[in-house]
Amino acid sequence: MMKPLALGAVTGLAVIAAALGYFYSQNNGLTEAELETARTLSLASLPPLPADPSNAVADNPAAASLGEALFNEVGLSANGEVACATCHLESRQFQDDLPLSQGVGTTGRRAMPLRGAAYATWLFWDGRKDSLWSQAIGPMESAVEHGFTRSQVAAYIAAHYAEPYKALFGPLPDLAGIPAASPLGNDAQQAAWAALDADQQDAINRVFSNAGKAIEAFERTLMPLENRFDRFVAARVAGETPTGDAALTPQEIAGFQIFAGKGQCTNCHNGPRLTDEFFHNTGIASPQDPVTDHGRASAIAQVESDEFNCLGPYSDASPEQCGQLRFMSRDLHLFERAYKPPSLRGVADRPPYMHAGQIATLPLVIEHYNRASPAISGHSELTSLGLSTDEKAALLAFLQTL
Amino acid sequence: MKKILAVFGLLVLAVVAFVVYKMYLQPLPEGLDLATTRTTAAGHFEVSIAPEDPDYQRNTLHAWIATITTPDGTPVEGAGIAIDGGMPQHGHGLPTSPQMTEDLGDGRYRIEGVRFHMRGWWEFKLAITADGVSDNITFNLVMK
Repeated sequence: MMKPLALGAVTGLAVIAAALGYFYSQNNGLTEAELETARTLSLASLPPLPADPSNAVADNPAAASLGEALFNEVGLSANGEVACATCHLESRQFQDDLPLSQGVGTTGRRAMPLRGAAYATWLFWDGRKDSLWSQAIGPMESAVEHGFTRSQVAAYIAAHYAEPYKALFGPLPDLAGIPAASPLGNDAQQAAWAALDADQQDAINRVFSNAGKAIEAFERTLMPLENRFDRFVAARVAGETPTGDAALTPQEIAGFQIFAGKGQCTNCHNGPRLTDEFFHNTGIASPQDPVTDHGRASAIAQVESDEFNCLGPYSDASPEQCGQLRFMSRDLHLFERAYKPPSLRGVADRPPYMHAGQIATLPLVIEHYNRASPAISGHSELTSLGLSTDEKAALLAFLQTL
Repeated sequence: MKKILAVFGLLVLAVVAFVVYKMYLQPLPEGLDLATTRTTAAGHFEVSIAPEDPDYQRNTLHAWIATITTPDGTPVEGAGIAIDGGMPQHGHGLPTSPQMTEDLGDGRYRIEGVRFHMRGWWEFKLAITADGVSDNITFNLVMK
């Protein structure tokens, strides 16, 4: 009885293998549904850059030019050595390859790559800012990043960028004799800020926010770059056979199928930027012990009370245009230790991974998702995947095409 | 005999392949009611929903119009609507807090702040209170 059974099974397997072989040769290994999923992940699906109504100069080339200069300006820091570009290096996908970025001190976060950031609804890993301009001025006043104050930013712009500033935003205020002052600074800086009258504070905030708006205009020019996967999908959608580096290997294609299927990666890494721009707890370890970082759960109150948010006095938007903030979910339970999935474009070339560089390599990242360890706080959304060694290798190969 | 067993082997493998396929693609449940005009759970209201912009894109903020009548077709005025929902297959709620922002008259209400960030099956739940009567309805939507 064993022999016919074994023969039957072998014959069955052979028939299936032959059928699969034929199917692969006809379809390059993808079903129509898989090809459609692939298309949604490719640059062909990238919509036009959404407007930012909170920034009147968001798409002004002169603002982008000033913003690029400010982005690279080390003068906007306490020690004269730190610019945005210090941690966001153009040659390195606008990130710095470090687990924790180094400004005038050591930060608590991994620098995010910037290409396509203008598509994001929420900025920073925890989304505590609701526009690129408001994000850009945050690090300037961080004691461990630029270590500067808003009054010093305004004074520096008046001294070094007065002409391009005035052409875009109008007259600069008289800031003579105003010391380093900020409501977020050290005790002396906060006291100096409190000693200013409301008009002076408003004038400084205006210049400070306009600096951010110019930087946003520059960052809006940093669009995602075409990768091998995009070229593969473009050829396949056009009904052509991908050639050259657009021809993904069978292993890379198998990796895509795991990415969009068994690996459940597209639950969060979807759309042409390969991120859903939302927040997820995936059980990532905390570099702090005890846990003091609650991710998005801490950021909700911050973005809501931020004077530089979409509804604030320095926004150019009408309240009706601030839907993301007005209809923001405030579910603290859902958002405990939840962080934003980064875009996976270029991911293989920029270890280490996660919001504080907790995972050193991409194979270890895959292992993290495969194991699905429980969260140290809140609830991880992951379930263990049961990926085989071959499947993990295929997934890695696919990620390297991005 | 060999032929029968071969067919049997094939069948088993096909079933396994189908189960794996179903598991990973998380298909819609059988018989999911995708109607956008429904009667509320206790039968007090008829509710229709439609996106304000029929071409809204997944993962963008957009608005819906809910039209509420009594079972005999009379528009329900002055209703309060609380909105909830989520993805049952992923165990999470809505990514935003949509709100009824405008009573447009004739039983029509604007619901703003809706965003569906993933493909697949979403529940969109309306809890309606009007003239001291409360009732609710769960619509099923499928994002492509």
